[in-house]
Amino acid sequence: MGVVLSYAVRGLTRRHGAGEHAVLANDRIDLDISQGEVFGVLGPNGAGKTTLVRQLMGLLRPDAGTITMFGQDVRDAPDLPARLAGYLGQADHALAELPVATAVGTTARMRGLSRAAARTARAAILEELGLTAVANRPLARLSGGQRRLACVATALVGDRPVLILDEPTTGLDPVARRAVWAALQRRRDATGTTVVLITHNVLEAESVLDRVAVLEAGRVIACDTPGQLKASVSGDVRLDLAWRSEPPADDPTVALLAGLATTNGRRWTVRMAPAAARDALGRLTTGAAFAALDDFSLATPSLEDVYLTLGGASRDLERT
Amino acid sequence: MTVVPDARGASPVPSTAGGGPLPRAVLAVSDLPVSDLPGSDLPALPAVPVPVSPGAPWIPPATGFGAAFGAVYRGQLARSKVGRIPLLFVASFQSVGILVLLRGILDVDNTTAAGQVVAGSTVLVVAFVALNLLAQRFGALRAAGALDYYLTLPVPPAAVVLGTAASYATFAAPGTLITAVFGSLLYGLSLSGLWLLLPVVVLAGVCLSGLGAAVGLLAPRPELATLAGQLGMSIVLFLGVIPADRLPEVGRLARDALPSTYAVDALAAAFQPGIDWATVGTDLAVCAVVGVAALAVAVIALRRVATS
Ligand SMILES: Nc1ncnc2c1ncn2[C@@H]1O[C@H](COP(=O)(O)OP(=O)(O)OP(=O)(O)O)[C@@H](O)[C@H]1O
Ligand SMILES: [Mg+2]
Repeated sequence: MGVVLSYAVRGLTRRHGAGEHAVLANDRIDLDISQGEVFGVLGPNGAGKTTLVRQLMGLLRPDAGTITMFGQDVRDAPDLPARLAGYLGQADHALAELPVATAVGTTARMRGLSRAAARTARAAILEELGLTAVANRPLARLSGGQRRLACVATALVGDRPVLILDEPTTGLDPVARRAVWAALQRRRDATGTTVVLITHNVLEAESVLDRVAVLEAGRVIACDTPGQLKASVSGDVRLDLAWRSEPPADDPTVALLAGLATTNGRRWTVRMAPAAARDALGRLTTGAAFAALDDFSLATPSLEDVYLTLGGASRDLERT
Repeated sequence: MTVVPDARGASPVPSTAGGGPLPRAVLAVSDLPVSDLPGSDLPALPAVPVPVSPGAPWIPPATGFGAAFGAVYRGQLARSKVGRIPLLFVASFQSVGILVLLRGILDVDNTTAAGQVVAGSTVLVVAFVALNLLAQRFGALRAAGALDYYLTLPVPPAAVVLGTAASYATFAAPGTLITAVFGSLLYGLSLSGLWLLLPVVVLAGVCLSGLGAAVGLLAPRPELATLAGQLGMSIVLFLGVIPADRLPEVGRLARDALPSTYAVDALAAAFQPGIDWATVGTDLAVCAVVGVAALAVAVIALRRVATS
């Protein structure tokens, strides 16, 4: 038998608004998301990511195309997404005034857990995400990151077979972010949970996703494993240089790099073959220009480079 | 190679990409061909980790009404409690004020008219909560996109509407008792039928909550939801408190069309010396039927918002 598909999406098209203000938010999207896969959707603001996942949850009706969940067309079973999937939306107004423990506990009850099971699940998830200390505070009186984390807890509680998360780690500090990544992978590994998550974050995409779909203006412009995507765009590496003062222009290496670099003030970014980059860096760090050099890094292509190569605009991708 | 508009163009590779900061346990790396998919003339899917036991998961059942209602109710009750205490006072002061005001105008010996004024003021407390506050709340939830939270949980929509309504009602219910008792004493009415207050408040509550929620959900803008809710409350006030025989013909027709009228009439009958049980029963039955219909409207409204 083949891979079990949590979602099979075909020709998904959705327009927002009407007339001249109409926006084609999703344009003939095809996706297969396998069970037990951590699947990412990466793209800039307005690319149509939220529109896509809201359709996966049955919150928006597609203009065209089909969505099947584990082989069943969701139009024939409109309650299927709510039963199978835990959802984290971009807005959390419904929970704002609730204490964290109540928000998580009542959500567990609404997913059908018994009173005792809901209590246990609540304690476990608060502990897992490091929220125990703020359990009795209303969400509205938490920091932005804690609040987002509490919403993640409501999405995860009750162990659904599928998780659909719209920017789960936006606004989280690195520790909380890693706690969320670990929580997702734990569920994937232990019970084969399928995770679909939206991200702007390149590090997140590279470190937790099995596969990633890159969305741009409503179209999927690429979809593969992060490694495969990176290998596909180019063999070049990226050399980043930061100068503390004006670099000596008569240095031949500096002159060579200056011709190739895209500059941003005293920051230079050069894309070149690995051997050439290593070579240039070697000459820089041993030559006269080293005195003017503040910082440097040599990196293999990131998903950001993939994204740029595919014609995206880089403004919205973060790297930490 | 793999820049294709869908998931099916890549050659199979082990999914070892990333090598992120977290240890990852890939359970099984396979490159199973997905021959049963449309487009299988393309190369197979990129390999993904396959769970230990492949197969569609067990589909969790939808949550029952009782548990869902309880959870919504408890959650809503936990929302900043401080704001609810004034609610209790506002809701009953308004009605008590009307009772005192009309005391000077009404002929006290007319127990029919007096009973109606007291019943009308009591149902007004329910209307204040159900039409005014609930319309406002659901209008705000919708405007903020916050209904997604409820719509993506496997709960009956009616449980969301009634659970929310019940949480407000918890603070307003004492107001109905205060109004009814105060009114009976002020107008010298019998208190023996007061137990009818319970079914009347519950049925009127279901009925007006359904309408209030529907108004909040269907209004194009939250301000309009608030306005419509307030307008509804004013209508309940006028048509409920002014005795039927003093209304013009068109007013009487409107009164008959207003669902809360039947709650008012049932309660008004309870204040009369000899209670006409047939009338009370009929009025309550009408209330119940309209209540179910109003809830159905609210549920349809919620579903409509769900799949806009
Ligand atoms: N309710 C709406 N009415 C009109 N246009 C909308 C609506 N919702 C979204 N859009 C438009 O559809 C496009 C896709 O929006 P969507 O919310 O899916 O983007 P996104 O990728 O989730 O962006 P972000 O990263 O900012 O969350 C955008 O151009 C947006 O302006
Ligand atoms: Mg979005």
